[in-house]
Amino acid sequence: MVDRIADPWGARTPYARGETWPVRVDEYVTTPEVDRWVQSASILHANGDAMDIAVRDGRIVGVRGRAVDRINHGRLDPKDLYGWQANNSADRLTRPLIREGGRLVETDWDTAMGRVVQRSKQLLDGPGGWGHLGFYTTGQLFLEEYYALGVIGKAGIGTPHMDGNTRLCTATAAAALKASFGTDGQPGSYTDVDHCDAIALWGHNVAETQTVLWTRMLDRRRGPNPPAMLAVDPRATPVAREADLHLAVRAGTNLALMNGLLREIIHRGWYDSEYVAAHTIGFAELCKVVDGYPPDRVADICDVPAAAVEHAAELLGASQRLLSTVLQGFYQSNQATAAACQVNNLHLIRGMLGRPGAGLYQMNGQPTAQNTRETGADGDLPGLRNWDNPEHIQQLAELWNVDPMTIPHWAPPTHAMQIWRYAEQGSIKLLWISATNPAVSLPELTRIRRILAKPELFVVVQDLFLTETAELADVVLPGATWGEKLGTFTNADRTVHISEKAVDPPGEARPDLDIFLDYARRMDFRNRAGDPLIPWTGPEEVFAAWKACSAGRPCDYTGITYDKLRGGSGIQWPCTEQAPDGTERLYTDGVFNTDPDYCETYGQDLTTGAEFTADEYRAKEPGGRAFLHTADYQPSPEVPGADHPFLLTTGRTVYHFHTRTKTGRAPQLNDAAPDVWVELNPADAGKLGIAEGDLVGISSARGAVQARARICGIRPGVVFVPFHYGYFDVTRDDRVPRAANELTITAWDPVSKQPIFKVAAVRLGKIADADGVVSPAPTIGSPPVGDAVPPTAGGPAARTTSRREQE
Amino acid sequence: MHLAHYLGLLHQSQSNLAEAFRQVADAHHEEPDVEHLCRQQAKRCDRHAELLQPFARRYSEDAPQEPDRLHSELFRGTRTGGIGLLRDLQDLYLMAAECDICWTVIGQAAQGARDKDLLDVVAQCEGETAIQLKWLRSRMKSAAPQALVVAE
Repeated sequence: MVDRIADPWGARTPYARGETWPVRVDEYVTTPEVDRWVQSASILHANGDAMDIAVRDGRIVGVRGRAVDRINHGRLDPKDLYGWQANNSADRLTRPLIREGGRLVETDWDTAMGRVVQRSKQLLDGPGGWGHLGFYTTGQLFLEEYYALGVIGKAGIGTPHMDGNTRLCTATAAAALKASFGTDGQPGSYTDVDHCDAIALWGHNVAETQTVLWTRMLDRRRGPNPPAMLAVDPRATPVAREADLHLAVRAGTNLALMNGLLREIIHRGWYDSEYVAAHTIGFAELCKVVDGYPPDRVADICDVPAAAVEHAAELLGASQRLLSTVLQGFYQSNQATAAACQVNNLHLIRGMLGRPGAGLYQMNGQPTAQNTRETGADGDLPGLRNWDNPEHIQQLAELWNVDPMTIPHWAPPTHAMQIWRYAEQGSIKLLWISATNPAVSLPELTRIRRILAKPELFVVVQDLFLTETAELADVVLPGATWGEKLGTFTNADRTVHISEKAVDPPGEARPDLDIFLDYARRMDFRNRAGDPLIPWTGPEEVFAAWKACSAGRPCDYTGITYDKLRGGSGIQWPCTEQAPDGTERLYTDGVFNTDPDYCETYGQDLTTGAEFTADEYRAKEPGGRAFLHTADYQPSPEVPGADHPFLLTTGRTVYHFHTRTKTGRAPQLNDAAPDVWVELNPADAGKLGIAEGDLVGISSARGAVQARARICGIRPGVVFVPFHYGYFDVTRDDRVPRAANELTITAWDPVSKQPIFKVAAVRLGKIADADGVVSPAPTIGSPPVGDAVPPTAGGPAARTTSRREQE
Repeated sequence: MHLAHYLGLLHQSQSNLAEAFRQVADAHHEEPDVEHLCRQQAKRCDRHAELLQPFARRYSEDAPQEPDRLHSELFRGTRTGGIGLLRDLQDLYLMAAECDICWTVIGQAAQGARDKDLLDVVAQCEGETAIQLKWLRSRMKSAAPQALVVAE
């Protein structure tokens, strides 16, 4: 029996370089009597762990990891072991709601959809009608749902105003991959963990965000010939504590660090000049820029010792099979795309791509974010096509049989923050939000709530629960979720899984795909032949249509069928007739997707986001070579000053996903991290007279929150507040501001347009003594400096089983 | 030699552009990208003007009277709203375009004067001005349909 609250990663199964990662099957069921097991994969993080859902009497009663799957070899994340219980919550939405006299009241589907359709048609009537409708989706639906939504928006309505919360999570991964390699698509494979000799984690607290991937890394670390490990993070995360070298940089200075590391690698001759010459463009310019970042200057900007910068460069430079993984510490920070591109550059100049162990993960934060990007439900075009390439637009127009003019391609699709700005200004009049909770997850929440509450903005929310966002909607549509609907989705290393329907959704709740298809029918979108634009009736038909859309593109799904995904392991795209078992690594031959006719972007200036033209791009004659893009360090839009002397960084705990819509309803997870907290360094806490568990007020130029203190190993001058906590589980009169995004700044990276959640200026003060109250901060992620706090544990309610494969 | 007049023109144009970037940043602070990037680019313009200063001084010794109608006025203050943003960015674009062509002209003159130092400054700065133009164009392209066709 394992308490996976007390031990989120479970028992070690050490293995050596080049060996197969041992199987360990994790299971949690609330009854031994299981009628059947139904195949699925995780939607509570980005790792893509495959699992089977246990069903008893038409209800979900547990989960078990799939031993045969390439991703997890049977293991499960604690969020998956316990999180499924949210499906069975008594407060699921079971009927549509509409706003009547200022209140949300239950209604039937005809009435609710009738309102949405009537408003849509009214707004579309007249020139520029497309511009009144905006869609804000998620990284948690299924591929088929995104593709249907993408076609509705791009070919039915013809609006560029489509994005997802993926903008908050993986936009920089996509932008950096496109900029360096020509198109989106993860070069590496999770199996690179099995072969690497060094792992660099760039702003990626993988131990808490993708626990199973971390388990794989830990198992290598506990086996023979373990990989070296470098962590870059302002916090003393579990990753930073495990690493051989931890650089606790000042928040917002990643690019300066990267420039300094690249300089060291180049100056000491630890780069592969043959690979650089054959497979890259821009080495001279790269050298010129990074030359301005000697270790002393990096030490000044990042506030880390110069010697540590040199040691880090040695660790990276000595490696023969380097694995890098990048996430929110880079993506949600200052100069996100430029910093992420420098990680690509590190791998390019060292020739560390396309072979076992030499891997690169520009990670995703959400389970199906990859699909949002591939299918064009966000600020991308379907099939990783280039909005600025008329031939790509023509392909889509032929596929959908619509006029190319219908498909908006005069500029990049509108990014999320701009969609919200148009809604604020009043030109977007209908905003359809699916499976995400912007009233807790977007920056500067006072502003977001004000926009959602505007009477002239018609807000449609499609979700499982009455979230903080749904509370402000005009129409609420009850969705079915994981386990209640059929579809596929793809993880960060391009592995496609099928997720079968295990049980019926509660009440009148419907699969998101059914909702989108119903809308398309009622709107009567037609193609050029006068036939329905969207003739599909179920997921498998949409999947077939998507395969046609993906054909010949990097994310080619043509070799995948639902049947092929059933029973065995997930399959990595591209999967074609030539590669029927999928493709483990991209760019094995050093030829990148930068051909002008094939690439997804003609490139942008990393400092301003200025778009380059097709002619300018062609003039570079990329010829399959990758780009070494670079930029100079610039301070973040907001830095500490006299009024607000601390840097705020926001983030996650292992026990919760996003705004706790599901994990807050799983008792073991909720009890492990029941409320918000603030992390401070002991020196800072001492100066402010704050002790462990004290109630602290934190304020920025935009808002203020209260949280209990955790005195821990975070770097001086930086405080951390987890962003998960909103207000849905607090009665209205008792709501005290606690959402981290009350504090964050409305600002974003110029290229990826990803908001800066990791750099804001705040001030702190003690509100009240702890008086015996223990800080709700879990001890796993952020152990307190003293030993007065009991370790986080789940107790008997959290007992799970974990079975190793017989040797 | 009239080079000093053009150096003066570019110096003045860079200073004017810096000031205009700052005014647009203030006026459109509700567009955070515009605010942030305008402030960033204002600093670049300041730097360009600073780099030009010693050359303007050096060449002014040989310069005759400044010709008439040398300076143009391209900016008369900011506006508000969606179209206002577009017009303000367009003003910045025209001002940056003036700087852009001045860099070309001064680069040519630097060749004629065999002035390697001035050529280096031109090489360093003209690309940054070109990026300013590109950014303004990209931003306006994105904003135009909503401002001109959709918004009331």
